[in-house]
Amino acid sequence: MTGSAASDGLAIETSGLTKRFGSYTAVDSIDLRVPRGSVFGFLGPNGSGKTTTIRMLLGLAAASSGAATVLGGAMPTDLHRVLPRVGALVEGPGFYPFLSGYSNLDRLDTADRYAPSSTRRRRVQSALERVGLSHASGKKVRAYSLGMKQRLGIANALLTPRELLILDEPTNGLDPQGTREVRNLVRSLAAEGTTIFVSSHLLAEIEQICTHAAVMSAGRLVAQGTLAELRGVGRPHVLLRTPDRDAAAGVLARLGMGVDASDAAGGSDRGVLVAALSDAAPDRVVAALVAAGVRVEGFAVERQSLEERFVALTGEGFDVAQ
Amino acid sequence: MSPSEAIDGQGAVRSRPTIGLALLGSELSVLFRRRRTWAMLLALAAVPVLIAVAVRLSSSGPTPGRGPAFLDQITQNGLFVSAVGLIVSIPLFLPLTIGVVAGDTIAGEANVSTLRYLLVAPAGRVRLLVVKYLATAAFCLAATLAVTIAGALIGVALFPVAPVTLLSGDTIGVADSVIRSLLIAAYITVSLLGLSAIGVFISTMTDVPVGAMATTIVLSVVSQILDSLPQLDWLHPWLFSHYWLGFADLLRQPISWDSFGQNAVLQGGYFVVFAALAYGRFSTKDILS
Ligand SMILES: Nc1ncnc2c1ncn2[C@@H]1O[C@H](COP(=O)(O)OP(=O)(O)OP(=O)(O)O)[C@@H](O)[C@H]1O
Ligand SMILES: [Mg+2]
Repeated sequence: MTGSAASDGLAIETSGLTKRFGSYTAVDSIDLRVPRGSVFGFLGPNGSGKTTTIRMLLGLAAASSGAATVLGGAMPTDLHRVLPRVGALVEGPGFYPFLSGYSNLDRLDTADRYAPSSTRRRRVQSALERVGLSHASGKKVRAYSLGMKQRLGIANALLTPRELLILDEPTNGLDPQGTREVRNLVRSLAAEGTTIFVSSHLLAEIEQICTHAAVMSAGRLVAQGTLAELRGVGRPHVLLRTPDRDAAAGVLARLGMGVDASDAAGGSDRGVLVAALSDAAPDRVVAALVAAGVRVEGFAVERQSLEERFVALTGEGFDVAQ
Repeated sequence: MSPSEAIDGQGAVRSRPTIGLALLGSELSVLFRRRRTWAMLLALAAVPVLIAVAVRLSSSGPTPGRGPAFLDQITQNGLFVSAVGLIVSIPLFLPLTIGVVAGDTIAGEANVSTLRYLLVAPAGRVRLLVVKYLATAAFCLAATLAVTIAGALIGVALFPVAPVTLLSGDTIGVADSVIRSLLIAAYITVSLLGLSAIGVFISTMTDVPVGAMATTIVLSVVSQILDSLPQLDWLHPWLFSHYWLGFADLLRQPISWDSFGQNAVLQGGYFVVFAALAYGRFSTKDILS
């Protein structure tokens, strides 16, 4: 698939969506635009408002102000029309501990008036199969491990064919195999045309599966776009290791490449110069440096990783924003 | 395959929602498959059994005028065990179990986080409330029948069965007396519907089921205490527990339906008020559990 943007319209659109808890603003006037067919990563540190946003998108919580449109229907007004087409995992799974995995899914499926009872058995079984729980389907959920519950939660989102999946930290508690399986699952669902909105802390994961992403920080949406846009793909950086710092800077400046004074990408290493690559080809840059007598000890063209971008957007601090 | 094709592949059912009886079926099956539910029904069934066994084992037999109404009758006629069991259960045991079931309806779902998944399914908030209330009402019936049936069985097993002499002095046959027993069970089931509505409403207010259960049970006790204070005469007809023990009219020939009717109207009033409150509370509540 070349571009999700090519498919018609948006699966999720919000305008000025805001949620206040008392005087605390958990979600602050965000304008999300999730294209249909995209795998959309919803990033943000703990407490940045991801789950709260998802609750509003699903009609579980009312927005303090602003509006949300999901699959073309206003939420929560058109909830009955919209939600049967949406599968969701919100802040961890929730099941009756005294029922088996199978019975739990069967029960939740009866709640959907559009889910045909004639196919219920088959659909529940295939959802369980899809997350690798067939063998534990008769076991009481009380006896499930964290990862098994998480898998069951994902199975619940797959009970009927969905146009949109909203998955809040789907790989939470999963083992590496489980994580891989979820990644493959997301890919295969996306290939079938399902739009997937997935929140996560695991940037590497988002980087692997997403076509688009948005970054939340303290309730605000600080960035969104295709993954390439977010990484700043228009401006790859060169990393140059040299003892001749000033001379190199001069050469780079002549080639129209601004040296990043903040050393953000190079860390505190004074021996490394970071500069945005201009339209000059990298080999020409090296040639020019060598011609000017700059000792080139190392040279690399690098795209900023999402993680670097993420930290740049949300700040380094470990403390939860309050 | 486009998403819409995938959905059409499931058949046209997608465009024609069912009226959603499946959720009620599932609710009833979850309720009546729970061990807790069976434990409560068994405890209720044990009430008439204990009474019958105790009376049977005591040599002297109950003295007329002491103990619950009809207690002195059961040695002559086992058919009275059900009635005695119900009279003993009404003040506390029945409200206790109803409080547990009604208090658990919404708060219990919130507590295990299934509430958000039911609503996202989407169950529909109003439909979920209706289903929860109907399941609670079904439990009221099951609870009352547990006492009635256990009482009848143990009564027949331990005591002679004879035609029943009614309060009006008439005598009715065994078959007719079974019908009267079922009428009493219906009366008591109706009696508990107001409390059920209160319990479901309280359950929408919290994510802690035990809190909702306890509050409901306490309210049923408070109502009965207020009903026993002569100073509050004016209040008595408005208390949901006021007619709880008023099924004596069903033991006359011909049956007087007055108290049944008054009770039904009162319970209906409580239902309307608390259903409206529950709707007002739950239809806009933020589900953050
Ligand atoms: N019921 C509530 N009452 C008050 N504040 C709340 C409530 N729920 C969430 N918050 C606050 O809203 C903010 C956003 O919470 P939210 O759960 O949306 O974060 P998140 O991005 O999902 O975090 P995490 O990555 O840890 O899941 C937090 O600061 C939280 O304290
Ligand atoms: Mg969260």
